Amino acid sequence: MSMDKKKQVILSLKNISQSFVVKDEVKPAVENVSLDVYDNEFLVVLGPGHCGKTVLMNVIAGIEKPIEGQIFLKGEEIHGNDRRIGMVFQSLNLMPWRTVMGNVEFGLELAGMEKKKRRAIAQKYIDLVRLTGFEHSYPHELSGGMKQRVGIARAYTNNPEILIMDEPFGALDAQTRYAMEEEVLRIWKEEKRTVIFVTNNIEEAVFLADRVILLSNCPAKVKQVYDLSPLGRPRDLMDPEFLRFRTEISDNTDLAL
Amino acid sequence: MSEEYKVKVEHLTKYFGDLHVLDDVSFNIKKGEFLCVVGPTGCGKTTFLNLLTRIYMPTRGELYIDGEPADPKRHNLSVVFQEPSAMPWLTVEKNLRFGMEIKKLPKEEIDRRVENMIKLLGLEEFRDRYPHQLSVSTAQRIIIGRAFAMQPDLLLMDEPYGQMDIKLRFYLEDEVIRLWKEMGTTVVFITHNIEEAVYLAERVLILTNKPAKIREEVKVDLPRPRKVSDPEFIKIRNHVTEQIRWW
Repeated sequence: MSMDKKKQVILSLKNISQSFVVKDEVKPAVENVSLDVYDNEFLVVLGPGHCGKTVLMNVIAGIEKPIEGQIFLKGEEIHGNDRRIGMVFQSLNLMPWRTVMGNVEFGLELAGMEKKKRRAIAQKYIDLVRLTGFEHSYPHELSGGMKQRVGIARAYTNNPEILIMDEPFGALDAQTRYAMEEEVLRIWKEEKRTVIFVTNNIEEAVFLADRVILLSNCPAKVKQVYDLSPLGRPRDLMDPEFLRFRTEISDNTDLAL
Repeated sequence: MSEEYKVKVEHLTKYFGDLHVLDDVSFNIKKGEFLCVVGPTGCGKTTFLNLLTRIYMPTRGELYIDGEPADPKRHNLSVVFQEPSAMPWLTVEKNLRFGMEIKKLPKEEIDRRVENMIKLLGLEEFRDRYPHQLSVSTAQRIIIGRAFAMQPDLLLMDEPYGQMDIKLRFYLEDEVIRLWKEMGTTVVFITHNIEEAVYLAERVLILTNKPAKIREEVKVDLPRPRKVSDPEFIKIRNHVTEQIRWW
């Protein structure tokens, strides 16, 4: 194919629908979502609170099986969990009895990699997220931002081609959040991966994304796709063009009470 | 003269052991004022609220509400905490009723206020659910509704909207402004979010890093509703941001 290298599709969702059950009642959570994700792009999936974003991510990560639709990774249909897709969760689920190193190397340990080799890989990503010196600290000794760094290092260690980050900064205070947004861009530049970043924060979406997929209120449908490449990088939160994008997306976002 | 100020803070100093958190802080809050307090992470903003509500006692200095030493048992104040603090064994509706029942308000009045809050905060379909069955942002709305329903004359809010999407945040920010105007409540609103502070406040109090002192007071006299992309708004937001300078 004569496609531009930068615009190569790595992941493709076709007509994905998913439901969940509350009190014997089936509720649609995701409705007929189709989208392409490009290789090495920073894609942000934006939607109001509890609109079905996490359900959609769980489907991509193979944690949930969709009731309808197909997922293609590099042109091949995938079913269920695939090692090439990694995830950073909103609630990190770090193991409190394991050190930073113990948490980061866990996936490789499960995969049966010998200690010296897996330590070297884990150390590389601990350094990447700038936690050097905290290898032997336990999660309860770390701040919220540092815990998120552990989560990112852990996901990178498994060397995924696609990294899903599901509202990783939702529980951080605004200042730590701004700092972590810059960090995640730095990490992404240094170790390019395809990132699918989920958030309900419009400012965060406009700051991070190459493209924004705006979802509707529950059930999640693709409402609009925004190309933010005209903004260039690095971006200034108070630049008029930045604020114009923010307002445009904000006006088009559903209010979810 | 004590009538003019809702809250007076005089030489407030707090140590936790060797940790010096607040350093000789003095300021006043006018009756009916909307004050936002911003400052770097961990600078002591929450400690200040915890002193005002007597969860902690000051090391030195004193806080006065209506000219008397602060006392949550005597003064009509409500607090919205940062962490989800809905009572897990009560449904949404019972959470909303709880404080008013303690204060022994007439049943009809409780019913009226609860229905109003349920409508206002879009909690109708969750009325009989328990907090653990709700998303974080929905659970937080119970806390906000619970505080508003008390119709306090001093409302203390500690980063109440941190978990919410921006559309919902603006909606609830407008709501708090509406209630503030309608009821003449004095509001102290603590936030990390500078845009939120400039959107809400009549006056923004900027604290320094620990041990916290007042770095600057910024008056915000922009007309409401405010627009976050308005150049004047951005000027103030930039100024406050520079004063905090966390990077």
